[in-house]
Amino acid sequence: MPSPGDAIASRAESPKKQTRLYAEDLTLAYEQAVVATDLSVEIPDGSFTVIIGPNACGKSTLLKALARMLKPKTGGVHLDGKLISSYRSREVARRLGLLPQTSIAPSGITVGDLVARGRYPHQKLLRQWSSEDEAVVTESMKLTGVLELSGRLVDELSGGQRQRVWLAMVLAQQTSILLLDEPTTFLDIAHQVEVLDLCADLHEDKQHTLVAVLHDLNQACRYGTHLIVMRPGGEIAAQGNPSEIITAELVEDVFGLPCRVIDDPETGTPLIVPNARKKRSEDDGPVAVHEHATL
Amino acid sequence: MNPVITGRVLRTRRETLSLRVDGRTFTVCVVTVLALLAVMTVTLTTGEYPLSVGEVLGAVTGAGEGAADFIVNTLRMPRLLTAVLVGAALAASGAILQGLTRNSLGSPDIIGFNNGAATGALTVIIVVGGSMYQVAIGALLGAVITALLIYLFSFTRGVQGFRFVLIGIGLNALALAVNSYLITRANLYDALSAQAWLLGSVNGRGWEHVTAAALALAVLLPLALYHSRALAMMELGDDSAKALGVGVQRSRAVLIVTSVLLAAFATAAAGPIAFVALAAPQLARRLTRSSSPGLVSSALMGALLLAAGDLLIQRMFPTAQLPVGTATGCLGGLYLIWLLASEWRGKARYA
Repeated sequence: MPSPGDAIASRAESPKKQTRLYAEDLTLAYEQAVVATDLSVEIPDGSFTVIIGPNACGKSTLLKALARMLKPKTGGVHLDGKLISSYRSREVARRLGLLPQTSIAPSGITVGDLVARGRYPHQKLLRQWSSEDEAVVTESMKLTGVLELSGRLVDELSGGQRQRVWLAMVLAQQTSILLLDEPTTFLDIAHQVEVLDLCADLHEDKQHTLVAVLHDLNQACRYGTHLIVMRPGGEIAAQGNPSEIITAELVEDVFGLPCRVIDDPETGTPLIVPNARKKRSEDDGPVAVHEHATL
Repeated sequence: MNPVITGRVLRTRRETLSLRVDGRTFTVCVVTVLALLAVMTVTLTTGEYPLSVGEVLGAVTGAGEGAADFIVNTLRMPRLLTAVLVGAALAASGAILQGLTRNSLGSPDIIGFNNGAATGALTVIIVVGGSMYQVAIGALLGAVITALLIYLFSFTRGVQGFRFVLIGIGLNALALAVNSYLITRANLYDALSAQAWLLGSVNGRGWEHVTAAALALAVLLPLALYHSRALAMMELGDDSAKALGVGVQRSRAVLIVTSVLLAAFATAAAGPIAFVALAAPQLARRLTRSSSPGLVSSALMGALLLAAGDLLIQRMFPTAQLPVGTATGCLGGLYLIWLLASEWRGKARYA
């Protein structure tokens, strides 16, 4: 069945090779379970790219592949003109930072010590803490507003504070490409906005290229400058500027959710408003929307 | 400006060298070394033939008289040094493994390295009827094979500390069963020497044991220290560590191999001594108040624990020939319980 999303999907066009980070013809799989095939994406330099899609469509898997955490079965991820797999791990970590979905703060560690761990790719056995390390860590903590917390234990912080500490750690890596895997999960709405505002600042003021996996479509449209919309099965349904690609047809096609797309009264970006329950059941029976953990 | 990180930073003027030193860890290490030196002095000077410190020093430097020379260099020193080195090796092995599995039960004596080594040794004693050297080689092989089995069963499908520990406990039980079976099949003489080996003791150890343990430590400890920064990063979870440029797979493989070999050499030299590998890193971790056991502080603590335990059983039960494991169990166990109890009474911050 041809779907409206296909018309604007840029999968057919081959990625422009001059961007710093792009993936070509990826087959992604965990053990035997194939998550995606023939996946090609391009991360425009200087963009705030947001990957969205239904649960278990392979969003996080794609992000992991882009960060070299998952080795693609076929195809390759290119970073700065070379296959990412040809770099040494430390070299990748100096070019590209990743905030995974689950990070463990060692018990009893202070905020400053945790952020300092972000300097690892720049340190050596006998060069453990240079004044540059100190300056970068201080600056990262200042940017994320956690400098005054530096002596506190991470265990004692609130969820929002903790997420800002993790962001500071990734910033201390000093990479201009940042990949964030669901940075807003487990946060209440105010803290979600706080973290996303911070990301937007990093994007605008520091000219960082950001790639984030987000669940909330409206947040994705509001903050993202470039969207990658994935379908279950790891297929790209559309990619491009949110205002240009997000339509009610696309959302219904990808998420199976009848809705209206209006202009966000605050920002003018697309705002997805699900149809009323009654109206939906009249249209085409009940729509099952499962909220399970994503891959 | 307030320092953003804890600990002290030592830098050379042009910053070719900059080191982070945790003040508390440093103090703990110094105090442990002093305590160890005290225990060593008492061990060498007291006993059936009391010697003065001067006489001991004379014997050590080769200027001693016949009796003092014999007592120090043939009887007391090899036994003491074996205890110190074996203790350090076991504790370092435990510290690495506990760090890797992020589980304080992930220590070589719990997950079967020691009993696996015993299986190897017993096989040599009972089935082959080999010499002491062959027994040691059997112990080494036993530990390595046990580790390989755990690795095969648990590491093929991702690395999870808990899984590793559980499979280790299973293999430990298996090794124990095999050991019991081997003893029931042995003749009386073999069974006796097997049982003597199983007790785990530094009694009657000579310079060859010291040399073997020292060589193992000299090679393996620096290797482990080099990779311990990666180990500290793995505390953040594998994904974060990888994202920060840690070669997780390689470092983990190297660390597991060093841990197994440290435990294997220690067991080959002194038999399966229980509890040091489990308790010493935990003691060190709690004293240094760090999130995972440090390698150096743990090794020093293990050396102190075993040397002190051996001193205790030598002086308190001179005729009983108790295995040193009983003493380390008592000393370390009581101390650990006390530490845990006082910690819970205070703030349960580092539990």
